[in-house]
Amino acid sequence: MYSPTILIEAMINGLLTGAIYALIALGLTLVYGVLHIINFAHGAILASAMFAVWGLNVLAGIDPYLSILVVTPIFFGLGYGVQRLVIGPAAKGDDGNILLITLGISIFIENALLAGFGSDTRSISSDFSFSVIEAGPFLISSPRLVGFAGSLVVTALLWFIMSRTDAGKAIRAVAKEKLGASLMGIDVGHVYALTFGLGCAALAVAAGLLMPTFYVNPRVGGAFVNIAFTIVVLGGMGSIPGAMIGGLLIGLVESLSGLLLGESLGQIGIFVIFILVLLLKPTGLFGAKA
Amino acid sequence: MLEVKNIRTGYGGVEVLRGIDLSVASGEIVAVLGANGVGKTTLNKALSGLLSLTSGSIIFDGRELAGSPIAAVEAGLIHVPEGRKIFPNMSVHENLELGSYRRGRAGRARNIERVYETFPKLRQRTTQMAGTLSGGEQQMLAIGRGMMAEPKLLILDEPSLGLSPLLVEEMFDLVKRLNGEGLPIMLVEQNVVQSLEIAHRAYIIENGQVTMSGSAAEISGNPELKRAYLGL
Ligand SMILES: Nc1ncnc2c1ncn2[C@@H]1O[C@H](COP(=O)(O)OP(=O)(O)O)[C@@H](O)[C@H]1O
Ligand SMILES: [Mg+2]
Repeated sequence: MYSPTILIEAMINGLLTGAIYALIALGLTLVYGVLHIINFAHGAILASAMFAVWGLNVLAGIDPYLSILVVTPIFFGLGYGVQRLVIGPAAKGDDGNILLITLGISIFIENALLAGFGSDTRSISSDFSFSVIEAGPFLISSPRLVGFAGSLVVTALLWFIMSRTDAGKAIRAVAKEKLGASLMGIDVGHVYALTFGLGCAALAVAAGLLMPTFYVNPRVGGAFVNIAFTIVVLGGMGSIPGAMIGGLLIGLVESLSGLLLGESLGQIGIFVIFILVLLLKPTGLFGAKA
Repeated sequence: MLEVKNIRTGYGGVEVLRGIDLSVASGEIVAVLGANGVGKTTLNKALSGLLSLTSGSIIFDGRELAGSPIAAVEAGLIHVPEGRKIFPNMSVHENLELGSYRRGRAGRARNIERVYETFPKLRQRTTQMAGTLSGGEQQMLAIGRGMMAEPKLLILDEPSLGLSPLLVEEMFDLVKRLNGEGLPIMLVEQNVVQSLEIAHRAYIIENGQVTMSGSAAEISGNPELKRAYLGL
């Protein structure tokens, strides 16, 4: 049996990691909620954002947290542009097409990264990467704590945009009633692009929060997206609070099952949850009826 | 106010509107009547820029409309669609707010108050999700949302569809009242009798063409119409 201290520490670490997972899931669920497609390029975009953070650090010596301020607006703009200029025109209104286009984009990005950086794994390490905070008997990793706080801030910000601004309300309107939205003079193409841009911006923030403790290679996105997808299903496709709660839960499960079953089996807990949700509550915790 | 000249359009090569002429003057209620499938909704979509024209022109408020929904809303031509198309996942209040997304934003607070005065039932339900409203309430919300854009012309597509007879009566009263406040209305309906009671003028559409037009009194008295639509 494990001592309570170890168990609680594992739970805290799980929640801290889960918040970053949630941040990655946020973009996926947002895009799904509005465009009704799974963005297959999500992982590749995360990888390129992580390379951007790494590159700024190596070339210009910019701190990964500080680089968030640079990378986020760039990725918002890239996401907006790609949806507006590539995905939107190529999709011609057919959701099945969008799916294939995002798959194509992901292959393109991955190969571009491979061509540019090779398949080597790279990381940024500084003293801060290994620093810990002592909270009573618990040792908590400082960068993970920063990641947790950053994720909560971004979620709160996104929630504010979606519920309090006209742009956010327009996004929610388009998600459920495109024709009605057009008749209010809402530009549906702009709203799609805005949504895609916000999804990419969330990934950019996640990249900045991850890099102090994680590594990057052109395929790093895949592992995160598998987890993010489970979170989206668990929280309810399209739900922002669902993504946050789902992320924290998955982080907790991963950490505890890693502790109890061993590091290599940690992911099994996630897989079991995924199957259980599909069997028992396919709409997820916060999901709307189909 | 609105001047439609010989417009033609359709879906993917199938022509639905086959040369329609029609006008609405300021202050009028103009009824556009016809059976199911004759092209009434298609006409509305063309007017509000959802569907592009293959030929003809739409002059609104002295200017040619640019053929996009944004341009139509900006010009003040507001279309309350068939089937309401409210935002089911948003509150009554948010639905009304979005009514002034493109036009009438400066007057948002004042206009919301006005809509609530017109529809006291909506005021009791400000925070309720619009998708959970009854059919009649959804229709009120759809019209209220349209009013939020400070329309110069309101197009109502089958506002009485699916309402109980009592609510239908209430709906026609409302149309008359809004018009009484100076708002021109194009009322698109299958409900011929009640529409002609409140309209100033009317057009009958059959198979994508105007087959009859004139004052409501003239049309009501027309023996052919009586035979075709009233079963007399
Ligand atoms: N989106 C669409 N695609 C193809 N055909 C359509 C579409 N909408 C309507 N139609 C066709 O256009 C004709 C007119 O329809 P509509 O304008 O909805 O009639 P109404 O509103 O008078 O009932 C019908 O034959 C209908 O089948
Ligand atoms: Mg119709």
